[in-house]
Amino acid sequence: MIEGALWRKWVFAYLPLILFVIVLLFPFYWMIITSFRPDGELYRPWNAVNNMPFWTNKPTWEHFTYLFEETNFGRWMFNTMFIAATSTLISLFCGVLAGYALARLNFPWAGSLGTLIFITYLVPQTLLFIPLAEIIRDFRLGDTPWSLILTYPTFLIPFCTWLMMGYFKAIPKELEECARIDGASRWKAMLFIVIPVALPGILSSGIIAFTLSWNEFIYALVFLSSPDEKTVAVGVTSELIRGDVFFWGSLMAGALLGSIPVAIVYSFFVEHYVSGLTGSVKG
Amino acid sequence: MAEVSLHSLNKYFDTTHVVKNVDLQIRDKEFMVFVGPSGCGKTTTLRMIAGLEAISSGEIRIDNTVVNAVPPMDRDIAMVFQNYALYPHMSVASNMAFGLKMRKFEKAEIERRIKRAADILGIENLLDRKPRQLSGGQRQRVALGRAIVRDPKVFLFDEPLSNLDAKLRVQMRVELKKLHERLAVTSVYVTHDQVEAMTLGDRVVVMKDGIVQQVGEPLELYNRPANRFVAGFIGSPAMNFADVTLADGNGRVTAEAQGLKISLPDALASRARSKAGRKATLGIRPEDIRVANPGDSADHCFEAEVEVVEQLGSEILLDTRVGPALMAASIDPESKVRAHDKLRLVLNPARLHLFDAETEAAI
Repeated sequence: MIEGALWRKWVFAYLPLILFVIVLLFPFYWMIITSFRPDGELYRPWNAVNNMPFWTNKPTWEHFTYLFEETNFGRWMFNTMFIAATSTLISLFCGVLAGYALARLNFPWAGSLGTLIFITYLVPQTLLFIPLAEIIRDFRLGDTPWSLILTYPTFLIPFCTWLMMGYFKAIPKELEECARIDGASRWKAMLFIVIPVALPGILSSGIIAFTLSWNEFIYALVFLSSPDEKTVAVGVTSELIRGDVFFWGSLMAGALLGSIPVAIVYSFFVEHYVSGLTGSVKG
Repeated sequence: MAEVSLHSLNKYFDTTHVVKNVDLQIRDKEFMVFVGPSGCGKTTTLRMIAGLEAISSGEIRIDNTVVNAVPPMDRDIAMVFQNYALYPHMSVASNMAFGLKMRKFEKAEIERRIKRAADILGIENLLDRKPRQLSGGQRQRVALGRAIVRDPKVFLFDEPLSNLDAKLRVQMRVELKKLHERLAVTSVYVTHDQVEAMTLGDRVVVMKDGIVQQVGEPLELYNRPANRFVAGFIGSPAMNFADVTLADGNGRVTAEAQGLKISLPDALASRARSKAGRKATLGIRPEDIRVANPGDSADHCFEAEVEVVEQLGSEILLDTRVGPALMAASIDPESKVRAHDKLRLVLNPARLHLFDAETEAAI
C-alpha cells in the first residue's frame, strides 16, 4: 500500500483503480442496458432530445423472449456447455498426465518435448484451422459437436500441460518420495498425494480451458453450419446479424446469457483459482 | 531389527562421481551418523539406501537381503526429510495413517499405532490439525511420528533438524536421542553439523568428496582423527594447524616452524622419525593449549601474540599469532588477557597430532 498523505493514495491508488474498474466494467454495463432497452429507444438518433444512452425507463424482456422463441438459443447454450465441458475434461486428463511426466519423470528429451508442446500452443488457430478442416472433413465429423470436442484439445492440451508442468514442479519432490517410502507405488503417490496437492492448479487450468473453449469462435464458425449445432458465440452472431441488420437488443441479451455460466464458474472456484495462480504449496 | 551394509557403493550423476566406493557395516540397532560438508555425497548415500536414487555400482543389503532393485516401498524403511514433507492436504492423524493404509493395516491397529506414536511424541492434541497450522517443531514431531507408526526395520534421517531454530534444535536433538534409546531401531542420520554427529551417533561416518574419510565412535574421531580433514571437521572450535618441518637430533624429534619448536612425545616421535627433514602439519586443539606456568618444560611452550579475546563465560577463546601461523586457544575464564598481549602458552604434548604434508593422513 502507498504510504503518506491522503492525496497521494488517491492519485496513485484509488483514482487509477476506479478508472480501471470503469473501463473494465463499462462493456458489461452497456451489454446489460442494451439487452433491456426497447427497440424504440435503441434506434433513436444520438442527437435526439429524449436520447438517454446510459439508462432506460422502460426495461423490457422482449429481446430475451425473442432469443428463446425465435432462435435456437437454448440449444446453442446446451451445445456450448457440452462441447466446452467435454473438451475441458479431455484436455485436463491429458494435460495433468503429460505435465506430471514432463515435470517428474526423467526421460531423455523431456526438456525439448516440453518446449515442443509449448510451440504447438503458439501456432495461431487462424492457421491451424485450415489443415484441421481437411481432417474433420475426411473423418466426416463436420457439423457435429465432435468436430469441436476433438479440435479444441489441440490448443487446450498444450496449455494445460504447460500450466500443470509448472505447478507440479513447484510441489516439493520429497512429498512424493515420502509417499513412496510409506508404501505407495508411483501411481498411488500421484493419485493420493500429488494430485490432491495440485488441485488448485488443476482447477485453474480447468477454468481457463473451459473459458477458452466457451469463447472459441473460429473453429466453431468453420466446422459447424446447421443452426441446431451452433455454439452461442457463433449462433448469436450468425443468426442475429442478418445482412447489415443488427438485432442489437437480442444480440446483447445472447451475449449476456452466454457470459453468465463463465462468470458463475469463475466466482465458484475463485478461491482455489487465485491460490492456484499464485501457488500456495507449503512443505 | 536389521543391519544395513554397503559394499563398494558408487554413484555417478552423468559423469560426476559423487559417491566413491563406500564400504560400510551399520550394525543392528546402531545410530549411525553421516557427516560432512555440502556436496560430500552423504545425502546421496542415504537416498540410495532409501531406494530413491539408483545405484551406479555396488550392493546395498538390509537385513542380509540385497535391495539394489527393491523399490522404496518394499524396503521396510521410514524416512524423515529436512523439510518434513508432510502431506499438506491431510490432517496430522491422516499423515501418520497414510503409510499404514497403503500397507492395508486394519483400522483398529492403525488407530492404536497412531495413539502410541502421538503419546511418545506428545502430539495427542494436534491430531486433527493440518500441517500448515503447526509450528516448525510440531511439524518435525509429526514427521517423526509418521516414521514411528510404521515400525520399520530402519529409520533414515535427512538433516531433520536443520530447519529448526538453534534452541529447538538442541531440544529435538535430546529427544531424538531418547527416542532412539526407547525404540532401538537401526538408524542412519545425515547432517552437516558435527555437534549433532558427535552427540547423536553411536558411530560417525565422516565423508568428503564422495569418499569415506573415517568411521568410528565420536570420541575416536575426536581423539584419533585419521587425517587432517577429519581433525579439522570434528571438534568446535576447530583444531589448529601449523606447517612444520620435522627434525631429528639429540635423540629427540621436533616439529619446527617460525616461532615454534615443539618436541614430540615418544610414541609420536617414533612414528615421525622416518620422516625427519620433511614437511608435515602439526595439529593441536584449542582446548589442549593453556597459559604456561614458570615450571612448564620449554619443549612444549611457545610465544604468541593475542589478536582477539572472545569471552564465552565458561572459557576464554584466544585468537593468537605464532610466527606466520594462527592459533586459537581455549583458556581459563579467570585469566586476565587483553588483545595485543604477548603470552607464553604451553600445549599438552599427549594431545598433539601430526599429519603428512602431502597425503594429509595422520602420522
